Amino acid sequence: MTAQTASAPRRSWTRALARWETVLLIALIGLILLGNALSPFFLTTNNFSNLLSALMEVAIMALPMTLIVIAGEIDLSVESMAGLASAVLGFLWAAGVPLEIAIPAVLVMGVVGGLLNGLLVARGGLPSLVVTLGTLALFRGLALIVLGPRGISDFPDWFTALGFGRVPGTDIPWPFVIFLGLALVLGIVLHRTWIGRHVYAIGKNAGAARYSGVRVTRVRVGLFVLASLIAAVAGIILTSRLSTARADVGQGMTLTVVTVVLLGGVNIFGGSGTIPGVVLAVLVVAVMQNALRLASVSVEVQSIALGLLLILSVVIPSFAHQATSAIDRVRGGRPPPVDSLGHGEAATS
Amino acid sequence: MADAVAAPVPTGRSAGGWLATVARQRELSLVAIMVVLGALVSLAAPQFLTLSNIQQVAVLASITAIAAVGQSIVIITRNIDLSVEATIGLTAYCVAIVLEQHLLAGPGAIVVGIGIGLVLGMVNGFVVTVLRVPSIVATLGTLSIFRGVDFLIAGSHQVPLAGLPPGFTDPARDSILGIPIFVIVVIVVVVIASVVLRSSRFGRQVYAVGSNPEAAAVLGIRSRLVVFAAFAACGMLAGLAGVMWVIEFGTINGTSATGVVLAVVAAAVVGGVNIFGGSGTVVGAAIGAMFLGFISNALILVGLSQFWLQAIYGVVILAAVSVDTIILRRIQRTLTAERRAR
Repeated sequence: MTAQTASAPRRSWTRALARWETVLLIALIGLILLGNALSPFFLTTNNFSNLLSALMEVAIMALPMTLIVIAGEIDLSVESMAGLASAVLGFLWAAGVPLEIAIPAVLVMGVVGGLLNGLLVARGGLPSLVVTLGTLALFRGLALIVLGPRGISDFPDWFTALGFGRVPGTDIPWPFVIFLGLALVLGIVLHRTWIGRHVYAIGKNAGAARYSGVRVTRVRVGLFVLASLIAAVAGIILTSRLSTARADVGQGMTLTVVTVVLLGGVNIFGGSGTIPGVVLAVLVVAVMQNALRLASVSVEVQSIALGLLLILSVVIPSFAHQATSAIDRVRGGRPPPVDSLGHGEAATS
Repeated sequence: MADAVAAPVPTGRSAGGWLATVARQRELSLVAIMVVLGALVSLAAPQFLTLSNIQQVAVLASITAIAAVGQSIVIITRNIDLSVEATIGLTAYCVAIVLEQHLLAGPGAIVVGIGIGLVLGMVNGFVVTVLRVPSIVATLGTLSIFRGVDFLIAGSHQVPLAGLPPGFTDPARDSILGIPIFVIVVIVVVVIASVVLRSSRFGRQVYAVGSNPEAAAVLGIRSRLVVFAAFAACGMLAGLAGVMWVIEFGTINGTSATGVVLAVVAAAVVGGVNIFGGSGTVVGAAIGAMFLGFISNALILVGLSQFWLQAIYGVVILAAVSVDTIILRRIQRTLTAERRAR
């Protein structure tokens, strides 16, 4: 599943088929056909922009989360950082600070929150699962302290247009443009630069990476800062889309973010995964939710499908891997490397 | 996460000196902090240390404590169960609706609730051990699925307090010899779980699997069976917590118990259960739950708003894990030094 897997020329088509991205693409096409059969409105551009904008905050936060999970860490606090960003933005605006100053201030706060996570994990050597569980509560608490139960909603039109608006002349929502831009940048950084190679190296074996000169601490801190900063951006977009700043926005989003990342084929134990996979997973989830909505399945019940999809995203590749190694054994060949299929090492422990 | 796989806390008596003793006495340290804190808070708010207030705090924390005991068993095996809150919610709704429809009497509904929890726990165990999905992914998935099923059954229906049989919610307020019934339930569960973990073959295997899976496999421990049983036990206790949720709150709908998983995992972590498995006690987890409940009550009585609660929770979790790591490092350093000296 990793981008750099150098596969043998033999059986390259089965390899390509076994790539998780291919499976996602087929699923995406299947879902679009299904949606089209369900409703004539499914394939309209207006419908597509609606289905995309509902998921954009999650999608944007999933991109840096991809890098964090590949590096073998996790950040559960992103949803609270989005809430804190919304609360602080609302607080500053209500206090008379112009948005031109309030927005950069919120972004700086995102960086500070990320530094807290990153330094505790990378310098303090604490487990990221627990640290970010702590900051998940801490950031949400700070948001509640700052804004309380209030909702601030008298934002100027240009600001709410950011979340609601479409690119002039098209039906493409602005947040989707931000998502695609970010996906492009992070995709290039991850798959085409030394930074990306270091991220994979840390996720595969942090000790070995350190001995080969990778600045593990610095990269880890950088990833947490990035995730937190992007979460603050998502919080601003969410505030704009809802036209309201509240301390409790984004609650429960981390679960969807992590679900999308894992569905995208990123190994929860680190070391493998791709940005294109996660982008495809975002589209699959968006299309699936929309198809289910058109089939008048309630939003809550859709979570069953999301949960099943998540579990299947691990089960199918590992069974496919077992099947291909069985075929290899019969042919007397050498089994493919386990990590070529990502979740292959899924263990009980 | 990858390189931070924790070494098991050594159990040798000499290892680590006094710090190791403190590490092993997490339960006592928490109680000591609670006593000091209690004395300080009662200066500002005299009603803090009254019997009725303490009873109230303990009852509220009981549900978290029961779920945290189950969660600890799973965490000790180096897994995690993020689906507990959905298990609690789904069980609570099923119990409430069974009672409202007069399908079963109180005791029958309680048995059904615990049974549903057990089944949901076994589903988690199946996905983790048979389908071999990493537990964090598996239970993230079942969290969505169980919650979705809860919504599917409940829709927009809400079982009101009046829908429950008269007297069903009394145990939340009753006490025997001054000890609330909920607290007695916690004590019974903690005692049983402690004895099983400490003295039974299964219990030792739980720690063995969590502290070193490879070594456990070499010893011939069927780790998948152990992990499966741990998830089943966790589900069963979450089912019990769901029953208690109905008794405590009376009004149940499809969103009941949303967000509880944070408090449950926090209780385990604060109680000294190592998130990387292999060490920790269920007594610690239960006391951790009581500790968090105690702190939130103290905050409210001192006059801080409810909004401070979340932030303080976060700080407590960060403090607990920092202390754990510092102690673990000291122990390792001392051990290395001892080994060199020999």
